[in-house]
Amino acid sequence: MDRTFDIKHYRGFFSITCLCLVILYGPLIIVMIYSFNDSVSITNWGGISLRWYVEIFTGLESAKFKAAAWNSFSIAIMAAIVSTVIATAAAIGMIRGGNFKGKFASFALISLPIMVPEIVTAVATLIFFSTIGFKLGTLSILVAHTVFCIPFAYLPISARLQGIDASYEEAAQDLFANRWKTFRYVLMPIMWPGIVAGFLLAFIISLDDFIITNFIKGAGIETLPTAIFGSVKQGIKPNIMALSTLLLLFSIALVTLSYFIGKRGEANQNTQQ
Amino acid sequence: MTSAVSLHDVRKDFGSLTALSDVTLEIEDNEFFTLLGPSGCGKTTLLRMIAGFEGATAGTIRLFGDEIEHLPPNKRPVNTVFQNYAIFPHMNVAENIGFSLRMLGWTKLEIQTRVDEMVEMVKLGALVDRKPSQISGGQQQRVALARAMAPRPKVLLLDEPLSALDLKLRQEMRTELKRLQRDTGITFIFVTHDQEEALSMSDRIAVMSDGKVQQIGTPFEIYEHPNNRFIADFIGETNMLPSIIDTVEGFNLVCQLEGGQTLDALANCDNIPGATGVLSLRPERLSITKTEPTGKILKGELGDRVYLGTDTQFIVKLSAELNLKVRMQNSFFQGANYKTGDTVFVTIADGAARFLVD
Repeated sequence: MDRTFDIKHYRGFFSITCLCLVILYGPLIIVMIYSFNDSVSITNWGGISLRWYVEIFTGLESAKFKAAAWNSFSIAIMAAIVSTVIATAAAIGMIRGGNFKGKFASFALISLPIMVPEIVTAVATLIFFSTIGFKLGTLSILVAHTVFCIPFAYLPISARLQGIDASYEEAAQDLFANRWKTFRYVLMPIMWPGIVAGFLLAFIISLDDFIITNFIKGAGIETLPTAIFGSVKQGIKPNIMALSTLLLLFSIALVTLSYFIGKRGEANQNTQQ
Repeated sequence: MTSAVSLHDVRKDFGSLTALSDVTLEIEDNEFFTLLGPSGCGKTTLLRMIAGFEGATAGTIRLFGDEIEHLPPNKRPVNTVFQNYAIFPHMNVAENIGFSLRMLGWTKLEIQTRVDEMVEMVKLGALVDRKPSQISGGQQQRVALARAMAPRPKVLLLDEPLSALDLKLRQEMRTELKRLQRDTGITFIFVTHDQEEALSMSDRIAVMSDGKVQQIGTPFEIYEHPNNRFIADFIGETNMLPSIIDTVEGFNLVCQLEGGQTLDALANCDNIPGATGVLSLRPERLSITKTEPTGKILKGELGDRVYLGTDTQFIVKLSAELNLKVRMQNSFFQGANYKTGDTVFVTIADGAARFLVD
């Protein structure tokens, strides 16, 4: 390899990289470390302890957090399931549906929500819900989450489907499988890693959402992000750090899981073409 | 007796593009039938129409007398070996082979029995539990064959199944495919662009180009009696010598070449003196000598020589513009005695010169 083009030899490469990493990950690491702080202060170190983790589950705010966590997870799971099903159908229609009229428009309509500023979606959804008289609450959150998760689920699913040779489906039909069986026994298993990735992405996006949820959740219902925001407004306590650390670890676990599922799928796909 | 597959005036348009036109074919039961042609000639489209993946724009396709145009692929008693095999990556070898039987609702035991039988037939032995990614290209090819043949289709469609294999394996599989076809009695419709494959395996060949069937015949007929210039040129190697007809006596002609030499030739249609066309002469049906023999000969000057191991190929200059390729087997022939610039005589085997109209 020609050393002149080695990226490490560009001046400033190392310092810029370090700067980016520190800005990105420094705060996260500090939050993780201080979640084990024994002190009530968020800036002074008072020794290692798990008291704030205990506090989340038993402390004053524990009931609020538990309810919020339950809301968050149940909404995220349901929204992710429904949006994944819809996104899978959309991907099959878009990619295997041939050249239908309005294909480009459909693609734009599916992808656009990712580019629309979230605050706009939030306000618009709120206005829409109140106009039609839809009662704000868990159900409104679920509906909104399902809808804005669809494009996120669509991305990995359609990417996966695009990489699948259509001859697998033709072979299945040729071997007497009808449309449903072709999907059930051949297409779905092959695109499964994409579906799982889409589901996990939708799940994380839903779990993580603050802006839209905050607008349309209605009174008395909190999800984890809104609950954390509510707590922080009264001053940051170390228990928020512990809660954040738990959420972070959970996200890392999910992403890792989806990575390995994707990898396994690739190994399966890479039979000789 | 009805034909296994019968195509009548089949036409296929993709938008404004005509992929196939005027295709009329009768493929007999138990036949090894090959669709041969260069890429883009419509042979794969035709196969896909028989399988049901493409509909015909016009014409009828019959399978043992029954019209099948309205049936989706999963309702047609034909199976396909795909060019890229399309073996299901998430199933092992046995599950792949048994897939069609599972779709047909066979019991586990019945499936097991048939899969074992197929595994035996294509000699896959110990590989039944392997995933497709864990077996070689040649083995995948066998899985694809076994999978397509498991439901005992009346007609098996093979879409360039050997093109992904290396030469050695390809030659082995030719013999193997022929054996399978003979043993099972299934009608094979085989698509290829490889003339050697077509000649060595087929009972009959349909040569296609530009969406049309150019000629249908046995390998011998196709090779020895090509209908037109395209076929003479596409199948094997040939000399194409521009010529004018001198005299006509039925299908026997005397033709004049550029430079004035004349030659007896056979025609495949009626001709009149003065008509122009080409003479097709296969290089291996010609031989050269230094002394003048009797019979049909051409005289020329020896040009370049190419040693090919089993054969030696000579270029004989008949006139300034006209070169002739001659191929001599090296078994008894002493090629070294022939030097560039020597005057040589070219003997033409009986019936080897074919006149083809422009």
